[in-house]
Amino acid sequence: MSTLPLPTERESSSPWGRVTRALPTVLSSLLAIAIALLAGAVVLALSGANPIPAYEALFAGAFGGRRELAETLVMATPLILGGLAFAVAARAGLFNIGIEGQMVVGGLCAGLVAAWDPGLPVFIHLPLAVLAGMMAGSVWGFIPGFLKAQTGAHEVITTIMLNYLAYRISTVVIGQENFPLVNPALQATLPALENARLPRLIEGTRLHAGILIALAAAAVVWFLLYRTVFGYKIRTVGLSPGAAAFAGIPWGRTIALAMLLSGLLAGLGGTVDALGLQGRYYNVTLGIGFTSIAVGLVGRNTPFGVVLAGLLFGALASGATKMQNTAGISRDIVYVLLAFVILSVSALAVAQQFRQAKRLASRARGMTRDRAAQDAGDPLVEPSPPSRAI
Amino acid sequence: MTIQDDNGTAPAVEMRGIVKRFPGVVANDGIEFAVRRGEIHALLGENGAGKSTLMNILFGLYHPDEGEIRVNGRPVRFESARDAVRAGLAMVHQHFMLIPRFTVTENIILGSEGAGIMLDRGSAGQQVAELAGRYGFDIDPEAIVGALPVGMQQRVEILRALYQGGKTLILDEPTALLTPQEVDELYDVLNRLRESGDTIIFITHKLREVAAISDRVTVIHRGRTVGTRATKETTASQLAEMMVGRAVSLRVDRPPARPGEPVLVAEDLQLLGSQGHAALNGVHLELRRGEILGICGVEGNGQAELIEVLSGLRRPQRGRVLLKGQDVTATGPNSRRRMGLSYIPEDRHGRGLVLPFSLTENVLLGNAEETPFSSGGRIDYPRSRTLTERLMRAFDVRAPTPDIAAAALSGGNQQKLIIARELHREPDALLAVQPTRGLDVGAIEFVHKQLVAERDKGRGVLLISFDLDEVMDLSDRILVLCEGRIVGDFLNGTVTRTELGLLMGGRGLDEHAPAAD
Amino acid sequence: MRGRRRTLDELLSFFSVALLTATLRSAAPLVFAAMGGLLAERSGITNIALEGFMLMGAFAAVAGTWFFHSPLIGLIVAVVVGAVGGLVFAFWTVTLRADQIVAGTAIVLLGLGLTSFLTEHIWGQAGSSPPVERLPTIGLGMNILLPVAFLLVPLTHWFLFKTKAGLRVLACGEKPEAAQAVGIDVARYRYAMVVISGLLAAVGGAYLSIGDLSQFTTNITAGRGFIALAAVIFGNWMPWPTMGAALLFGFAQALRFQVQALDLPIPQDLIIALPYLLTLVAITGLLRRSTPPAGLGRHPTGG
Repeated sequence: MSTLPLPTERESSSPWGRVTRALPTVLSSLLAIAIALLAGAVVLALSGANPIPAYEALFAGAFGGRRELAETLVMATPLILGGLAFAVAARAGLFNIGIEGQMVVGGLCAGLVAAWDPGLPVFIHLPLAVLAGMMAGSVWGFIPGFLKAQTGAHEVITTIMLNYLAYRISTVVIGQENFPLVNPALQATLPALENARLPRLIEGTRLHAGILIALAAAAVVWFLLYRTVFGYKIRTVGLSPGAAAFAGIPWGRTIALAMLLSGLLAGLGGTVDALGLQGRYYNVTLGIGFTSIAVGLVGRNTPFGVVLAGLLFGALASGATKMQNTAGISRDIVYVLLAFVILSVSALAVAQQFRQAKRLASRARGMTRDRAAQDAGDPLVEPSPPSRAI
Repeated sequence: MTIQDDNGTAPAVEMRGIVKRFPGVVANDGIEFAVRRGEIHALLGENGAGKSTLMNILFGLYHPDEGEIRVNGRPVRFESARDAVRAGLAMVHQHFMLIPRFTVTENIILGSEGAGIMLDRGSAGQQVAELAGRYGFDIDPEAIVGALPVGMQQRVEILRALYQGGKTLILDEPTALLTPQEVDELYDVLNRLRESGDTIIFITHKLREVAAISDRVTVIHRGRTVGTRATKETTASQLAEMMVGRAVSLRVDRPPARPGEPVLVAEDLQLLGSQGHAALNGVHLELRRGEILGICGVEGNGQAELIEVLSGLRRPQRGRVLLKGQDVTATGPNSRRRMGLSYIPEDRHGRGLVLPFSLTENVLLGNAEETPFSSGGRIDYPRSRTLTERLMRAFDVRAPTPDIAAAALSGGNQQKLIIARELHREPDALLAVQPTRGLDVGAIEFVHKQLVAERDKGRGVLLISFDLDEVMDLSDRILVLCEGRIVGDFLNGTVTRTELGLLMGGRGLDEHAPAAD
Repeated sequence: MRGRRRTLDELLSFFSVALLTATLRSAAPLVFAAMGGLLAERSGITNIALEGFMLMGAFAAVAGTWFFHSPLIGLIVAVVVGAVGGLVFAFWTVTLRADQIVAGTAIVLLGLGLTSFLTEHIWGQAGSSPPVERLPTIGLGMNILLPVAFLLVPLTHWFLFKTKAGLRVLACGEKPEAAQAVGIDVARYRYAMVVISGLLAAVGGAYLSIGDLSQFTTNITAGRGFIALAAVIFGNWMPWPTMGAALLFGFAQALRFQVQALDLPIPQDLIIALPYLLTLVAITGLLRRSTPPAGLGRHPTGG
């Protein structure tokens, strides 16, 4: 069965143990990125562009100065949240390809609430707008989770369809001529009121409080996944539905809730962009949702990894702008790099799983010979696990 | 140099000095094995001695690290199963390599469809029917294989081997899924094949089968050949000693049972299976404290469904389950767990454990929501870990720390961990399904001891096993499950193996049974 | 009486030849991709990369037509590109055995990114290529690829259920271990089916860019590759029902223009959203029980 490249290493509570065991995984993620960058350079070269100034501009745009670093953090913010969304769903065994749509509805609702003016003070209006975004995202995430729980509908297709529906809803709402909260000409909501914006952190940069929210969310997700019963249920369901049933963990309810949480995080991602960066919601797709998938995968679906990967991809995004302005390379090359990263990660993950299988097999004591053959991958005696039907 | 037998003809198969290594273990360590043409040769060894690996090498599915193989005197190197088939070998696997959704004909011709693009199902079906008739098989070529009973499916496998032109058949534990009566039918088939000149290699760990059907037997132990004997010139205990490397006592010591009040009762359970048939067809049973109640039967007669209903994973369409007198039919596994029912599942990897989780997290399975493991939704790791360590010591789970992944443990240690977890709850009733599947002798001994200990503590143990020997060794009372119904209820010692076999196979006790036991 | 006749007239003019041809034209690219997806899935590989192959094919067709001044050459370029894409996907999923959904998603992203990047790079304008020559038409606005699409359906059915190779493909998808045990090279058949799926999906994309329109625009496929896969699932992995599903989705897409033409009081946005809503409903299996190939996503191991 094709499985997610989850860390099949033991998950334990000892911090040092976790760090040392995570090292090979971190290295392989870095290796994947290096390979992707190399492949990207080949693509650039083949299409007649010089990769060296392009990559120079990329790195300069990401790390070149105080403003650039701030910009990297700005770009990283929604990616971290999107990556967390992917990771939470992945832990439950689901592929949330609908992060894009969840961000759209989250940003839209947050933008609308933020533009609404009943004269609320900041400590009510801002949380309210954020809450609206989170709730919209969680509904959009809950739907495919619920459908899968009830009917078995594969979440890849349902989330993708919901993406398209989200774009449509956004276009319809933003396009309403008579709706006071939107500006159809600008293809956006009206500007968010001062009281509903995330504060700027550093003057002269675009860095806003969203990054703090993202980091806090990562900590909360970690705690939830590894220190609560709910998180334990999610991880059990994702790793072994059979064991989950044995433990009396309701599969349907758990995955639906996991998707709700995933959508909530994605919606939060759309929200912080609207309320922190843009100051309003724009009806335009930025592909952040798809990038979040790469963030989750490279981050190995762990909160810590997702933060690191989010920062990395934020660097890529902020560098891409500079690359476009300076070296004249279209920003779309970033999608290509993204795809290469995903391909490398998935390839390396297989190699890692295989190495791990060998390591575990050799550590087993008292193992019988034919059992060792079984565990080394002989399917002739052990029945195969159930396949994912799509 | 080729060994020649008394007739001067080359052996059908010769394997010399076969070495095969897997990560961390040498599965075959210089095996010598030769089979004469036209004989039935048993390859005997314990679970995991290396027999299946050896045959997989012979059939081209694995490549040996060292050694030589000769077929009919000629040295061969098989790159894949296809080469082996071309050399006249055919393999019938323990878990059938049949495609359930295909018809009998489609399964048989797969891989040997012949030249040309078009598939002529009609003439292929005729060929199959003809071949079946020649060997006396009674098979409908157009039947869907998934709907056939197990014994019939095996015959399809054998027929396929013959269709492919197999003259040397390798059968891997062929009787594992058969009733004793189907086993007799299989022996008839094999005798017929031998009469028509085919050679048969028969992998098994059951002494009885060696005596019943084979001409010669080779014993494998820990990856090495112990010796080859003519079956008629050796005794069961000699073979057993060769097989396990020491003198074997085949009985489990235990004091007599003292059953008390009923602790787990099932009344008229009815459940429809996945194919719409009645998987449970009115099951009644009563498990008492202080006894081991063993349920024997051939796999697929309702055991899985019975366990699901008893453990709370599924609701029956009709009937009740009573735990300590209370109706728990509508409750799930967790409530039953809290009420004192524990469950050692058949599937260690798929149900009993989450392999990537640490040992501590595996102990949480089924216990996570209770003290001392958690409180208020928050897991108390330090405490859970300490408790796991304590359990590991008490149940001899050999691992350096409770932080390693369960996947790193051997099968025996994994099972011990599961047992530790389930017994930690001090249940009143314990469900144990196939508790020693795939374990080595030492682990089997340990598990059996634990089950008896539980019984002696006054708890009820329900044992479901497809290994009739295990059921007969351990149980105080034996039930027979056949086609979703309990068809026999005996005190152990008042029923013979043959009688149980007849009931397992769906035949009544008033039929004539073969004399040998 | 008059009112009822008018409604009847409206109804009849609604189900006009125009709607029929529009349905066929909308369904054709879906049929190409769906037949390809069906073959890949029947061999046991989950194929959500169809969208990526379609995009690559659409782009390659336009690029080929532009460079070589011939839409037929453009079509050939699309075929080659699709086959190469399929080869890459096959390598990742069959040889490397990477997660099939992850790899498929990557292919889709690759398609999106590469085609957008190259569009801007080659023609300097972001978002679309310059117009190029279209494929020849056979009347009623249908191009030569359209009948090919629908001929593929009986061809696929014949291949899978009437040929020896087809039986083997089915075996690879149902129980790869069993296929391997009788000496079938499962990897080879899976490679073949996946390459064909890439090829066919690319032709579907070419249909969009040089058959229907006459240029490539970013995201010209707008999810058709996923809808095609939904058609396969809805069609229970059987060729004729899959075609039926594709026609249904094509009908939903064609409805948009018909509604516009007749000026019916149905909001356009609902019509645009209809194919996606329909896919959503179809995929929940509310309408039928689905029986996928039992070995989908599984690999035989050994050695």
